[in-house]
Amino acid sequence: MSYVKTVRTRDLPPPPTESGLIGWLRHNLFSSWLNTSMTFVGLAVLLWTLPPFLGWALFKANWLGDSQNACVQPMGNPDGACWVFIKVRFGMLMYGFYPEVDRWRIDYAFLLLAASAGPLLMAGLLSPKHRDERILMVVPSLAVPVILALHGAGPASLALAYLAAPTLLSRLGTRTGKLPPSTGFFGRASAIVAASILAYWAGVLAAQTLQTGLEGVIGLVAGFLVFLLPTLRRSSSAMWRLALLLTVYPCIAYAFFIGGGFGLRYVETDLWGGMFLTLVLAGVGITASFPIGVLLALGRRSNMPVIRALCIGFIELIRGVPLISVLFMVSVMLPLTLPEGTHINKLLRALVGVSLFYAAYMAEVVRGGLQAIPRGQYEAAEALGFRYWKSLRLVILPQALRLVIPGITNTVLGLAKDTTLVAVINLMDLLGILKSALADSNWLGFTKEAYVFAGLAFWVICFGISRTSMRLEKRLRYGNR
Amino acid sequence: MDTSERLGTPEPIIRIEGLNKWFGDFHVLKDIDLEVFKGERIVICGPSGSGKSTLIRCVNRLESFQKGRVVVDGIELTNDLKRIDRVRREVGMLFQSFNLFPHLTVLENCTLAPVWVRGMPLKEATEMAMVYLERVRIPTQADKYPGQLSGGQQQRAAIARCLCMNPKIMLFDEPTSALDPEMIKEVLDVMVDLAKSGMTMICVTHEMGFARTVANRVVFMDAGEILEINTPAMFFQAPGSDRARLFLSQILRHEGGD
Repeated sequence: MSYVKTVRTRDLPPPPTESGLIGWLRHNLFSSWLNTSMTFVGLAVLLWTLPPFLGWALFKANWLGDSQNACVQPMGNPDGACWVFIKVRFGMLMYGFYPEVDRWRIDYAFLLLAASAGPLLMAGLLSPKHRDERILMVVPSLAVPVILALHGAGPASLALAYLAAPTLLSRLGTRTGKLPPSTGFFGRASAIVAASILAYWAGVLAAQTLQTGLEGVIGLVAGFLVFLLPTLRRSSSAMWRLALLLTVYPCIAYAFFIGGGFGLRYVETDLWGGMFLTLVLAGVGITASFPIGVLLALGRRSNMPVIRALCIGFIELIRGVPLISVLFMVSVMLPLTLPEGTHINKLLRALVGVSLFYAAYMAEVVRGGLQAIPRGQYEAAEALGFRYWKSLRLVILPQALRLVIPGITNTVLGLAKDTTLVAVINLMDLLGILKSALADSNWLGFTKEAYVFAGLAFWVICFGISRTSMRLEKRLRYGNR
Repeated sequence: MDTSERLGTPEPIIRIEGLNKWFGDFHVLKDIDLEVFKGERIVICGPSGSGKSTLIRCVNRLESFQKGRVVVDGIELTNDLKRIDRVRREVGMLFQSFNLFPHLTVLENCTLAPVWVRGMPLKEATEMAMVYLERVRIPTQADKYPGQLSGGQQQRAAIARCLCMNPKIMLFDEPTSALDPEMIKEVLDVMVDLAKSGMTMICVTHEMGFARTVANRVVFMDAGEILEINTPAMFFQAPGSDRARLFLSQILRHEGGD
């Protein structure tokens, strides 16, 4: 009994019940009796909760007006949300007690941030195939006319200088030759450090003769620039942009936030508040805790017993106490231990507290990633002649950090939301401002609106972070699947 | 008399004298003496756990040792990082598990060390890497990630990565042990090519066919000692020790059965 088939069977489309919308519904919502009944229960819950909520939040809501009267009878609808309350307080919620005429300085700094970090993120999220150097040049330059229109010529020219610097510096860097090789590593390093210190003092002197009042900031910018020039000599413009974003940008932003020079009024940090303060806390916290966390993780795996013990001690101590108590410690206990008359800014103390606290968590996340890298990777790097730091930077960390992106995102989101705890040391972040607004006797009884708004604001920030990290994770998934 | 004799013979490129190593209390290497001359191909074999891998890992200082001397290309290995660096520049190493960097393409794997260790411009490094990828016959795989390659291709990429550092000496730590049988040959072919080009090679391997055709000398190790150093012909015909005879009978019987 043999069988030979000579004709090839024609391909047929799958039955209509298995593909398209019907197929999807059958597979996902009505695949079994249990599944079908769960679908109906789910629908019922949605029908029961969603319309009243939408009615309150949107359809019956009060949007117009500028006082409480707009939301109560006879003028308003008491069954709807009173967004007038949020609208009237919006400035406060965004900027805290920052003087109204100076609020453009905050807008300006965040615009500058978006113009320099945005393209970097875009370039990082795009696959190398779609990436284009031009994104890094075009997008930032688009911001300059916007700033010119909004904030005038002075800020616009600063923005132009800052945004164009990476491209210029990378061009300049590729042209300048190497430092004399005979100086060796230490000679070179000390020359760079000495030059940047000199540049710092030159900056301070220049600022003093101009009587700007921002000597420290200008000195730092000058020092950073001189320090970066030889170290990043041959880097791409993206690398330069990142480096400037992490060193020079904070100085510019701080100069604009605090003022006190170049005709900008001094605004002390006690007046900072609202969403602005939340973003400052979260931004500084994230950028500071990440590198500290990486160093702590490396220290914990170090062969040197003293360093290892110190890192373990720090991590376990910090992880053993709640953030609130850390904030209390730095704001109440720390001043007691310092000599009389020393005053450390309250915001600075909160920033240090939050950063160190989350650095400990970050460290453990990163350590998880480091442990997942097989020993062979270290050995291959060593055998090729890489020393410790280079092999970390080029071989180990890129792999380890990619593995723990979900964990890092978790920690970052935790940090972003825990910034609300600074309320215990009387800093007025978004939630703090909302609470104080609720206590206003002209606007009693709008708790629901306040917390829904706060929830939405945090959700938008956190969802943005979460999506970005997901894109990044997808983008960095190399070849193996 | 001693000196006059030495004048005639070339200086060995690797000299190992009285090497002893312990892992905790465990004595892995016992009084190893070995000289390797330029252009020589040495195959080290022996039962597993005999210290073969540990021995070659002492040559580029992936393992430290407690007693004895290792001199590579005139540089004595000590704890001094600079000397270790200099030695590692001259010595390439192949691993059983390839150890390519999975986050970089094959080409980037090859250019990483020349650019970041030797300070070579990327363009030059890329051109050189393509030459070596050509030589190991995988130029078309340059832009793929290691995870997309077969085992044999990965090991050949690892060879190209080593060659990009222009080593004088190459160490092979069981380079074919993790490969499927049909891929072993393609890697061995590349290794034979290398041998023909005059590379100094030390191979830890169970490929007795390779040892027979390529090696100048075979080193047999057991329990942390060198029991025999001999030409392949002599070693396979008349192994000097009972342990070597037992080892060979086990290995060759298995090979013959294939």
